[in-house]
Amino acid sequence: MAKVRAEMVANVWKVVAAEGDHVDDGDTLVILESMKMEIPVLADSAGTVTTMHVAEGDVVQEGDLIAEIS
Amino acid sequence: MRQERPEASGKIPSVLVANRGEIARRVLRTARQMRIRGVAVYSDADADLPYVREADEAVHIGPAPPARSYLDVAAILEAAHKTRAAAVHPGYGFLAENADFARQVIAAGLTWVGPDPAAIEQMGDKIRARNLMERAGVPVSPGSREPVTDAAAAVAEAERIGFPVMVKAAAGGGGIGMGVAAGPADLHAAFETARSRAERFFGSPEILLERYVQRARHVEVQILGLADGRVLALGERDCSVQRRHQKVAEETPSPGVSVALREQMLAAAVRAGEAVAYRGAGTVECLVDTEAGSFVFLEMNTRLQVEHPVTELVTGIDLVEQQLLIAAGQPPSFDPAAVMSAGHALELRIYAEDPVRFLPGPGTITQWDEPSGEGIRVDAGYQAGNTVTPFYDPLLAKLCVHAADRERALERAAEAVAAFAIAGPKTNLRFHAELLTSPEFVSGDYDTSLISKMRPS
Repeated sequence: MAKVRAEMVANVWKVVAAEGDHVDDGDTLVILESMKMEIPVLADSAGTVTTMHVAEGDVVQEGDLIAEIS
Repeated sequence: MRQERPEASGKIPSVLVANRGEIARRVLRTARQMRIRGVAVYSDADADLPYVREADEAVHIGPAPPARSYLDVAAILEAAHKTRAAAVHPGYGFLAENADFARQVIAAGLTWVGPDPAAIEQMGDKIRARNLMERAGVPVSPGSREPVTDAAAAVAEAERIGFPVMVKAAAGGGGIGMGVAAGPADLHAAFETARSRAERFFGSPEILLERYVQRARHVEVQILGLADGRVLALGERDCSVQRRHQKVAEETPSPGVSVALREQMLAAAVRAGEAVAYRGAGTVECLVDTEAGSFVFLEMNTRLQVEHPVTELVTGIDLVEQQLLIAAGQPPSFDPAAVMSAGHALELRIYAEDPVRFLPGPGTITQWDEPSGEGIRVDAGYQAGNTVTPFYDPLLAKLCVHAADRERALERAAEAVAAFAIAGPKTNLRFHAELLTSPEFVSGDYDTSLISKMRPS
């Protein structure tokens, strides 16, 4: 089980992957936006997205869980 | 309620600043010196910022997301009405280059502190602006004369222009969505990225291509269109220190511009301003080809520029004061025939971002100690106790220095950076310390690739 966390305070701009999707290492899961910059959050391992913890428009804090992949 | 009208003397009695942070504070400072009543507007996120506390009046205009506050035209006009403000200063960013906003301000009977909306419109469309400049005799690089609508058309256009090409939003600015394509293979991705960002940030999918200059300096000329119609050029600023096509440090005079080239650039900038009957403060951005020693027009920013303080430091002219005078139809506070530039000035943008990868690092400020002293000016948007949120750009403060020559300005800047202490959010102060000792920057012989060389990925 891989847990993907937010690296910084940001708004969730786009949720790209959905629960149940198969993703490869390096695929974009969500795109965050902070300070007028888009920051893609990538899968760091291949697998299935079991839980997506964020929705578009959410605000995440540094360290918040974004998605789980297993 | 009746709005206050400009007094018989022509002076603006009050001004609402439709912006936030450091620039709102900076505009309000000059308004105060001119005895003009200053009105601030703020979102939920900014209630505790210094500019809100320092304003004569402050009006809450909505929640943190810009679309519901600083971009909400109705809320801003309502705030102006409620406070009986006589004029609106837009700062930079947000609505500053929105011609419709300018028109609505004027239609509400208020003084717009900026150029004619028609000039904003002409320059806001980068393709129209390029065509207009070409006709005015201002050099432009090979590029699109009309919008490029799809990736296939982009390839054909790029082949006509010649690779490498710069892909950018016709309605854009601030480097957002810009990309370079070395050949047809990269062009597709660059085009799609530019188009999606253009749509999202600027509300228009129109794209243009321009020949990309490999070794270029980004040099801009400050212009001032006076109330009597004359256009002045107040020297240049070198803005070549950039990351992600956004400026990080600026200096004047440019160490890469010869006396002869400066003369040509200033004359071209005046022609550019005259071509649109420009009034107020504006900036003509150019690319200087360091190998050929030539320049081309890039775009014109029809507003006060972030880095305007360096021009103020060497000329002694308060540009915001001139904006407010010109908007009221008044002559400038200085003699246009006797403008002198003295010494060297530098601006370092202190961003809330890490100093290595330049990724955003908002947070609550637990310590804020600014440097001070001779030749040091800090335009700050924050103080200790404030929270830097992810909703707006990462600019915390502009650290500006002025000294007799470049060498002494760099020394002074290094001391000031060392004395600036900010804790809480991430900051790029350490990057600036490195910049000021990097041999390339110190030599003055650098171009827009400087940061990517300092930070090879």
